[in-house]
Amino acid sequence: MAETTQFELVSPEKLLYSEETEMVVVPGAEGNFGVLPRHAPMISTLRPGVIDVYQKGSVAERIFVAGGFAEVTETRCTVLAEEALPLADVDVAKVDKDLADLRDDLKDAKADLERERIEARITVLEAMRAAASH
Amino acid sequence: MPSLKDLKIRINSVKSTRKITSAMKMVAAAKLRRAQEQAEASRPYAERMNRMIASLAGAASQTGGPKLLAGTGKDDVHLLVVFTADRGLCGGFNSSIIRAARRRIRALSTGGKTVKIYCVGKRGRDALKREFGEMIVNSVQDVTRKGVAFSSADEIAAGILKMFEDGEFDVCSVLFNRFQSAMTQIVTEQQIIPASMPETGEGPAETESGALYEYEPDEEAILAALLPRNVATQIFTALLESNASEHGARMTAMDNATRNAGDMIDKLTLNYNRARQAAITKELIEIISGAEAV
Repeated sequence: MAETTQFELVSPEKLLYSEETEMVVVPGAEGNFGVLPRHAPMISTLRPGVIDVYQKGSVAERIFVAGGFAEVTETRCTVLAEEALPLADVDVAKVDKDLADLRDDLKDAKADLERERIEARITVLEAMRAAASH
Repeated sequence: MPSLKDLKIRINSVKSTRKITSAMKMVAAAKLRRAQEQAEASRPYAERMNRMIASLAGAASQTGGPKLLAGTGKDDVHLLVVFTADRGLCGGFNSSIIRAARRRIRALSTGGKTVKIYCVGKRGRDALKREFGEMIVNSVQDVTRKGVAFSSADEIAAGILKMFEDGEFDVCSVLFNRFQSAMTQIVTEQQIIPASMPETGEGPAETESGALYEYEPDEEAILAALLPRNVATQIFTALLESNASEHGARMTAMDNATRNAGDMIDKLTLNYNRARQAAITKELIEIISGAEAV
């Protein structure tokens, strides 16, 4: 059997995913990168985007992450995600509605801290919307 | 000597108390199981986060690192985040935390430091308000009522980080009960700002095979994103541990209460029967001596 990479997806609440994979494509902060077995060790931040998990030469799983960190070693790829959701479960209509609500909230928000949080949330949802509508 | 009626009332009241405590014990046991599972499920994230920070800190230590890691260079103002429950009836859970907090605050104050307190949970605020009211800068409650969500930890962390950026404190530590078993909780103090590092040894981190990590974008940028995240993670861990401990402590306390109520009912029933018998005997004596007198 060909070499594989141990792919782990962890959210603060729990270990979501742990599997041997052929290749993982991760949305790094400076561009997507693919992780194959014997990848050079690296640590990267992630932007909101989609992780593609490849099994037997094709995409087996697509997972949306709202951001986080990835640690890659020769045998392992660990993603610490802030929020993760299989792309198939993303409900575009609901995302649109949430986006509209958040934009309303943003108009009402007074405190800087609150405003920043809402803006960050909007960025994430927009990325989710873009990923889902492809 | 209480009358028969008084004893009867007493027994009934203790019986209903026992019903309540045993129901509370069941509820606590169910909640404890869930809390424990949640605490366990969150461990992989914290572990991997620590591993990443340790390797990054090794690489960044040459340059000094950001403030969250290296500190502000002084330790004049301490922020103490105290995790307690929102409700009582859980044995020594709250009082042991509060006692530890009090001791810590006194020690810091006598050392000439300024102390600020952030209370998570209603009990802690109520108890500390009397003595250290002016030190409490913030408090939240009802965080764990509907289970612990990461978003609530994130919110607390955001508030703390904002304070740190505004230079309101130099050192921040959390004080919480670490879950050992349903019987024992260990009061734990952990420094979160500046981040206390697991010992990594000198020089940049290496992987198992000895290769050096590459960083994208670079160490500083990753650390700047990772460290605030780490604060939130540690607060989340503290919340989960504290929540599991609370339910464990309540379960044990309610188990004891139920047992005590049972003992008390036995004792009261014995007294009741004695009193009843005494009354019968007295009546008999009265009748017999009345008949003899005729």
